[in-house]
Amino acid sequence: MKTTLTFDGTLKPAPSRSFWMVVLRQLRQDRVAMISLVVLAIIIGAAIFAPWIAPADPFKASMLNRLLPIGSPGHWLGTDELGRDMLTRLMYGGRLSLLMGVVPVLAAFVIGTSIGLLAGYVGGRTNMLTMRVLDVFYAFPSVLLAVAIAGALGPGMSNSLMALTLVFVPQMVRVAESVTTQVRRLDYIEAARMSGASAFSIIRVHVLGNVLGPVFVYATGLLSVSMILGSGLSFLGLGVKPPEPEWGLMLNTLRSAIFRNPWVAALPGAMIFITSIAFNLLADGVRSAMDVRR
Amino acid sequence: MSSNLTDMNAMDDSADRGGPAQPLLIVRNLKKYFPVRGGLLEREKKFVHAVDGINFTVAKGKTLGIVGESGCGKSTTARLIARLMEPDSGTLIFDGEGVGEFGGIELKAFRRNLQMVFQDSFASLNPRLTIQETIAYGPREHGLTQAQANERARQLLARVGLEPEQFASRYPHELSGGQRQRVNIARALAFNPRLVILDEAVAALDKSVQAQVLNLLQELKAEHQLTYLFISHDLHVVHYICDDVMVMYLGQVVEMGPVEQIYGQAAHPYTRALLSAVPSMDPANRTQKSPLSGDPPNPINPPAGCRFRERCVHAEAVCSERAPALVPAAQLSGHLVACHMNDAASGHTAATLESAV
Repeated sequence: MKTTLTFDGTLKPAPSRSFWMVVLRQLRQDRVAMISLVVLAIIIGAAIFAPWIAPADPFKASMLNRLLPIGSPGHWLGTDELGRDMLTRLMYGGRLSLLMGVVPVLAAFVIGTSIGLLAGYVGGRTNMLTMRVLDVFYAFPSVLLAVAIAGALGPGMSNSLMALTLVFVPQMVRVAESVTTQVRRLDYIEAARMSGASAFSIIRVHVLGNVLGPVFVYATGLLSVSMILGSGLSFLGLGVKPPEPEWGLMLNTLRSAIFRNPWVAALPGAMIFITSIAFNLLADGVRSAMDVRR
Repeated sequence: MSSNLTDMNAMDDSADRGGPAQPLLIVRNLKKYFPVRGGLLEREKKFVHAVDGINFTVAKGKTLGIVGESGCGKSTTARLIARLMEPDSGTLIFDGEGVGEFGGIELKAFRRNLQMVFQDSFASLNPRLTIQETIAYGPREHGLTQAQANERARQLLARVGLEPEQFASRYPHELSGGQRQRVNIARALAFNPRLVILDEAVAALDKSVQAQVLNLLQELKAEHQLTYLFISHDLHVVHYICDDVMVMYLGQVVEMGPVEQIYGQAAHPYTRALLSAVPSMDPANRTQKSPLSGDPPNPINPPAGCRFRERCVHAEAVCSERAPALVPAAQLSGHLVACHMNDAASGHTAATLESAV
């Protein structure tokens, strides 16, 4: 970044200056973010390719091999309370858990940004009405809200995805709205209006680009929250149903074994922890990389 | 270069319709009151009298300077003219045609004829766009192809003194304040406007850069037959660049006229106070005491009669009874002033004395 800033006496054009290229270049120099990225890549890769690389069948139980400790031959991460291979189940479990993390945030990102952008750009009464309605959702803690909505919709994967989306939409709207309101007042929006551009074009070119950044960073922060909430719903029996492997659910069923084999019982929790920490650290890195003005 | 620019312009709309004698812009009775939110139970609605019925004309090819203290309504006036804000009342006549009126010039066409350069060079550029993208945006919106718009942006950059090869793909934060302001000027010129509003356009620049930008503005004005509305609180700059000056106080015009007359024979006590506050180059000549005391009154409840009377050393009973009208100053052509001392019929004791000056 710095090297492109200094004037080196020649008139050669700078390297690619598109905004996302600059961000990427900065991100690459962030050690923590890169490690998080690698960790996430491993976890996501393992989840995606689980059917091909997993050592065992995730549903095959064995009464003889129940609760084997970590490091047992043939079962590197031990087995659960039904004798199923933990490594396999953790890999498969990542599929649903990551889905629980990504899908609601993505859906809420699209819905929330659209609503927030419009409310913020239009302003006035429309804005106030939208925000007050969404404030109602804010009155409840997000865990409680997710449980309540999931409970009302009934258990199941798609219902818990929907419940989580509904929990995140108001938060996304709030972030998008407040950034839009700030951006809208800036002179470059007025300059764009002076050029006779349509409201749609101004939003697309001038508002969206500047709003998307902060909202995106906020959304990446929510990924881990969503995963934990999703696991929480499964833990409470409102999300995925057994015997489907899912980290939250596995944590729940292994609870009974916590005194006999605490290390194995803690594994799904550790996965949730590592994944959400990695998401958070990566989000942090993206946040500072997007601050191009350094 | 400049003829090339004009050829390039597919949106040329700058035919001089009204002839040289027709003022480019006539502003009549422009008003903007901002409602002030009182408490929930407060019955009476209050208003800030930001711009309170001002009239003026901008002659073709000239530069009209608007000066005054902060909060006197200069920038609001600019935004009202640019229609970035809806005025509460008032009409604009652009080259003989009513803006947005039946049979007049349409708002969209008017906007294209008028561009604005803002004070904050950073806030007026989108931080996510390269400067080429910023300048090309407007022409692109008006139907040029991306290639044409980029070409035009590069030509404009070259014209304002920024080497396109080197600057086109830079982001605003990689430029200095003066360079950013050049970009803003280039963007304003992208439409071949006839009127450019410069809202404190050089105020944030340091002196040497300010001089460069001012000279650039003078050159561009001659090349493109531009008319400037130059809003500033820097009286030196106004003296240098403007042909006419309009002095505002609390949302109203107190004095208006050719720049040399205003600077040489200011008729309004406020203008005189303002001019005496200008720092002198001669240290022996330094201002020893404050020419004015106190702050401008609250614009929510401006004083009755003359708005300046509370700070005016010449204030008399008549000043609180009636508001002085903006009338021609005695013996000076094209010089208008709103002061009872200028009007022999007003009953102000200094009236006859003043008009004899």
